[in-house]
Amino acid sequence: MTQPALLTLAGVSKRYGKVQANKAIDLEVRSGSIHAVLGENGAGKSTLMKLIYGVERPDEGVIMWNGAPVAFNRPSDAQALGIGMVFQHFSLFETLNVVQNVSLMIPGRPQELAQKIKDLGEKFGLSVDPGAMVHTLSVGERQRVEIIRCLLLDPKLLILDEPTSVLPPQSVQLLFETLRKLQAAGTAILFISHKLEEIRALCDEATVLRGGAVTGRVDPRANDARALAQMMIGRDMPQVDAARANQPGDLRLQLKDLSHPRVSRFGTTLTDINLDLRAGQIVGIAGISGNGQQELAALISGETRAQAKDMVQIMGRGVGLLDAQQRRQLGFSFVPEERLGRGAIPEMSLADNSLLTAHRQDMLKGGFIKRQVERAFTRRCIEEFDVRTPGPDAEAGAMSGGNLQKFILGREIMLQPDVMLVSQPTWGVDIGAATAIRRRLIDMRAEGAAILVISEELEELFEICDSLHVLHEGHLSKPLVVSETTAEEVGAYMIGATV
Amino acid sequence: MKLRLIRRDAASRLAMFGAPVLALVLTCLTSLVLFAALGLPAGKALHALLLKPFLSWYSFSEVLLKMAPLLLIAQGLAIGFRANVFNIGAEGQFIIGALCASAFPVYFPDGNFPLMLLAMILAGGLGGMAFASIAAGLRTRFGASEILVTLMLSLIAVQILNYLLLGPWKDPRGFNFPQTVRFPENALLPLLFENVRPNISLIFALGGSLFAYLMMEKHFLGYQLRTAGLAPKAALYAGFSTPRMIWLTLALGGLAAGIAGASEVAGPLGQLQRSVSSGYGYAAIIVAYVGGLRPVGIVASSFLISVLYIGGDSATVSAGLPVAAVEVFQGMLLAFYLLTFTLIRFRIHFERGAAA
Repeated sequence: MTQPALLTLAGVSKRYGKVQANKAIDLEVRSGSIHAVLGENGAGKSTLMKLIYGVERPDEGVIMWNGAPVAFNRPSDAQALGIGMVFQHFSLFETLNVVQNVSLMIPGRPQELAQKIKDLGEKFGLSVDPGAMVHTLSVGERQRVEIIRCLLLDPKLLILDEPTSVLPPQSVQLLFETLRKLQAAGTAILFISHKLEEIRALCDEATVLRGGAVTGRVDPRANDARALAQMMIGRDMPQVDAARANQPGDLRLQLKDLSHPRVSRFGTTLTDINLDLRAGQIVGIAGISGNGQQELAALISGETRAQAKDMVQIMGRGVGLLDAQQRRQLGFSFVPEERLGRGAIPEMSLADNSLLTAHRQDMLKGGFIKRQVERAFTRRCIEEFDVRTPGPDAEAGAMSGGNLQKFILGREIMLQPDVMLVSQPTWGVDIGAATAIRRRLIDMRAEGAAILVISEELEELFEICDSLHVLHEGHLSKPLVVSETTAEEVGAYMIGATV
Repeated sequence: MKLRLIRRDAASRLAMFGAPVLALVLTCLTSLVLFAALGLPAGKALHALLLKPFLSWYSFSEVLLKMAPLLLIAQGLAIGFRANVFNIGAEGQFIIGALCASAFPVYFPDGNFPLMLLAMILAGGLGGMAFASIAAGLRTRFGASEILVTLMLSLIAVQILNYLLLGPWKDPRGFNFPQTVRFPENALLPLLFENVRPNISLIFALGGSLFAYLMMEKHFLGYQLRTAGLAPKAALYAGFSTPRMIWLTLALGGLAAGIAGASEVAGPLGQLQRSVSSGYGYAAIIVAYVGGLRPVGIVASSFLISVLYIGGDSATVSAGLPVAAVEVFQGMLLAFYLLTFTLIRFRIHFERGAAA
C-alpha cells in the first residue's frame, strides 16, 4: 500500500455570499514535492490557501494530514501540525530588527535566535543580517525573513503565495535555489502563482484552478506554457500583436529634473527625474511598487503639484503648478492604479462616473447635467470595452476590479487624449481582459497617442513598450530600448545594481 | 467572535425611506420607557408630542412657522455636509443675519427707507455669508478645521448680539430691556394666512429647497460637491478645486442661515432681542441628517422636527415633561437615525475565529 500523501483535500468547497470561491477541490501534496497551484486572478487560489492554513474553514469537504482528517480553527492549529505560510504581503514590523520580528512568533533568547537565523541562512541560501532593522531591508531580504520565520517552526509543508510578484528577476533565481534545497531536505512546498514559466522551471506537480474548480492536474515540466494557459483560462492564450510603432512624433510629455520630497515617512523622495514621451510612443516605467511610482503618477496627473512649473511639461507647456483638470484640458488623461475611490466613486452609478472626467464631452449645458449624453457615453463605453455590467445605472462599487478597470480605461480612452498615463493597467485583471487592454493601448499608439505605462509586470512592458525606464528608490534610469535590452538588464536597474 | 460591517451592494429605495420611519418608531418606544421611568404619563406625553400639533389650526400654523427657518438653514448646511465641509455654526450665521437685517429698522425706526424689507433680507443673507466665509478663509489659508471655527464664531456672534442690545441698539423707551425698538410695519414680512403667524419666509425656505435640489441633483456643481464628500481622492483625481468647494459651501450655508435670521426678526419677533438665538442653527444639523442630506428628505424632516418642537412645548405644559426631555427626544431621533442608516448601507457580519 502506498503511503498517504502529506496533505490531501477531498471535495473542499467554500462560499462567500453569492460567490462560490472553491468548488469541490481535490488536492494532494506529497513530501518533497514542489506543487504549483496555478490560476488567474480570482480563480480561488487565495481562498484555498486560507482553508489549508486555517484562516477560514471549509463549508464542505475534508482536509487530511498524513491520511487523518483534521479541522483547523485558526492558523496556529495548522502551524502546530507543521504548515507554514509566506503571504504575498509581508507581516513584518518595519521599526524592529530581524531578530525582534522573529521572536514575536518564535520563543527563544535573542542570541540563540540570531544564531539559528544565521545557520538556516547558510543552509538554505537565505542570507540576512539578524540585527538589521526591517525598514532598511530590500523586498527580497524581507521575504527571506518571512521564510526563515516559517522554517524556524520546522514545517513539513511551506505555502508561498505569489512569492515572485514582488521580486526582481535576479532574486527570483535565488528564491528558487532556496526552494530546491528545502525540497531536497524533504519539505513539501505549495507554490501559488499565475506565472507559467516559473512554474515550469520549478515545480514537479501542478493543480490548475479556474472559476473556483480544478481544471487540471499535470506535470508542468511535461506541458508547455500554452497548454497550461489553456487549462488556466479555458482557451488559447490571447496574443498581443505588438507591431512596432511608427516614427515618434512631437514631444508630448516631458519631465525635466523633476524632484519632490516625500510627504510621509513611508513615502519616497523623487530625485532628478528626466523623461521624454513622444507622439506614437509607449514608454514604460518598470520597478517594484513603492519605489516612487505613486508619487510620480500623482505629480504627472496634477494631484500633487510640482515645485516648479517646468518640471512637468505637457504639449510643450509647463504644467507643474496646474491642477488635474487644467492638465486634462491640454489633452491629458490618466488611469490610476486605485480604481475605487480614486478612478471611480463607488457609491455612484457608472453613468455618474463617466461625468467625473468626461464632463467636457458635451455632457453639460449651462452647468446642468445632460443625462441623455451621459448615459449614451456610458453605454458606448460599456459596449466598446466589453464591461460586464447590468447597465449605466449599476453602482461602480459593486463591480469586479477587472470590469471597473475596463470601464475607467475606456472612459479615459474615449476622451481621445494626446497624452495618457496608465498606472498598473492590468493589476487584478484576468488574462483575457488584460490582453484586450494591452491591445487597446497599442491601437492608441498607432493612432498617434503618447502613452506612459507604469507597471510592475515586466512581461507586460516588454510586450507593449517601445522603451522603458526603471524606477528605483525615487531615481529613474535612462531609457532602455525594449528591442535592445533584456530582463536581466532591467532587473539590475530594479535592484539598483546599475547606476 | 468578531463583528464587522460589510458594505451592501446597493441600498434599496425602500430602506432609504424606511430608515427615518424606523428611527422615529424606535425613538417613541425608547421615550415611552424613559418617560415612564421618570414617573410621567408616557402615553399622554407622546400624544402631546406627536398628535397635538395636528389637532388645531393654530398649532399647525406654529409648526409651519418653526419649519421655515429650520428648512432653510438645513438645506444650506446639507450642501456643505455632502461635500464633507462641516459647518456647525449656523447659529452664529443666523444671529449675524438677524443683526445685519435689524440695522435698517434700528437706524430708520420710522420706516422711511426705500425697499426696507428687501434691504433687510439682502443684508441678512450677505451678513451670514460673510460671517461663514471667515471659516472658509481660515480653512483654505491655514487649514483650520471649519468645525471648530464655525462653532467658536457662534460664541462670538452671541457676544456681538449682547453688546448691541445692551449698548448702542437698546431701545431708549424699552425699560432697559436688552432689545431694539419694535420694527415699523414695512420692516415686517407679509403673513401667509390671516390671524396666524407663518409668513413668506416659508416661501423663501421652499424656494431654497428647490434651489438646493436643482444644484445638488441636476447641476455639475452639486456633482462635484458630492464627489468630494464620497471620494475625496476621486475629486482630486478629476481636478475639482477643493478650496473653491469650501468657499462655496460655507458661503451658501451662511447665506441660508443669514436669510433665516433676517426673517426671524422681520417675522415673529418684530424686533431684535436675545431670544433670537434659540438654537435653530443647531437643530438644523439634526434636520439635515434626518433628511438624509437630500433636499426632498430635508423638507420632510424639517416638518417632523417642527412638529416635535411644537409638540414638545405642549407636552411640557400638558404632561409636565421637562424641557430637557424634549431635547433628549430629538437627540435620540438623530442617534437612532444614524444607526438605522448605517444598517442600510452595511450589514453586520459575525466572524468566527481570528485571522492571522
